[in-house]
Amino acid sequence: MATDTQLDLWEVFIQSKSGNHHTHAGSVHASDKQMALQNARDIYTRRNEGSSIWVVPSKYVTASNSEDADMLFDPSNDKIYRHPTFYVMPEGAKQI
Amino acid sequence: MDSTTLNTSFMEKIDADLNIEPKDSMPEKYRTHLIRQISQHAHSEVIGMQPEGNWITRAPSLRAKQILLAKIQDEGGHGLYLYSAAETLGISREEMVEQLQSGKAKYSNIFNYPVLTWADIGAIGWLVDGAAIVNQVSLQRTSYGPYARAMFRICKEESFHQRQGYEIMANMMSGTPDQRQMAQDAMNRWWWPSLMMFGPHDSDSPRSGDAFTWKIKRKSNDELRQKFIDKTVQQAEVIGLSIPDADLAWNEERQCYDHGEINWEEFKRVINGNGPCNKQRIDHHINYHNEGAWVREAAEAYKNQLQEFK
Repeated sequence: MATDTQLDLWEVFIQSKSGNHHTHAGSVHASDKQMALQNARDIYTRRNEGSSIWVVPSKYVTASNSEDADMLFDPSNDKIYRHPTFYVMPEGAKQI
Repeated sequence: MDSTTLNTSFMEKIDADLNIEPKDSMPEKYRTHLIRQISQHAHSEVIGMQPEGNWITRAPSLRAKQILLAKIQDEGGHGLYLYSAAETLGISREEMVEQLQSGKAKYSNIFNYPVLTWADIGAIGWLVDGAAIVNQVSLQRTSYGPYARAMFRICKEESFHQRQGYEIMANMMSGTPDQRQMAQDAMNRWWWPSLMMFGPHDSDSPRSGDAFTWKIKRKSNDELRQKFIDKTVQQAEVIGLSIPDADLAWNEERQCYDHGEINWEEFKRVINGNGPCNKQRIDHHINYHNEGAWVREAAEAYKNQLQEFK
């Protein structure tokens, strides 16, 4: 018998209802796209959790390293002028 | 990152109640502890399908059969969520299956007991899933992100399991004397193994120290067991079942139930492979795994022919 395989790993993204983002739900094993979609449906949407599914082979996902978090995300801390609350609005101005 | 820096930044996260995620650095012992715990949790879900699966063709009504099928499908799903969570720690699905089949990895002891009557299906849903829920609710706050997220999903689905089991017990208790006796008999056989599901007493639980420090475990075995007893006793009373423990008594001072001595000798005997169904469960898993090999092989061959991702 050939070496055992449990097929490839895929990441599953579910859109709970139309208009929402697709959100990561977990992963499945499958050997092709169609099987991956079918398995994702069976495993992650047994109770009306979804209206649309994306599946992506896990090996094609590139993720940032947690050690790089400071370098990547700290610079936005000192740019508070990117938030609307930074600005001083004249007294009495409406709908701004 | 050197090991001191690693441990400091890891413990800072743990102390701040932040989740540890797959790409975060973590002590090797944390990783191996989680792999062992999550994979055994997954195996329990999967092996747990067997005792119930035996009753699909014997379910007493179409309604009961549909419910049982849905429940067993959920258990399979739960196993898969958990295998996925374990895989994020660097162990492959193939390795986990191998460890289960070789006996290196354990699964919950409770599934080594036989399911003798339809009332046992009620007792399993109500007591076994009930005990599992108490444990899993607490694990929703475990420190490893993918494990905690799997627990949220599982807990949402698990309460249907417990309620359907309790409904079976309640129906039998409002039936004929034979049916009532059958329900009480199932209660008598499943009560103590359900209490054992929480594991050894805190004073005798070798791995708890690390699990608490790392916030993998949030509540102790005895705390969880107590919680389960306290809520189940009332449910039993409502439908007229008695708890098979002569020493069970409300403790006014502690505001919870005292219970009798758990037979740990039996627990050890069963967990070491000498329970009524240990061999049957693993043999069944191996047989189906081997019988399905050609399906996986065909799927791989089809994939190679499709060349979806060149």
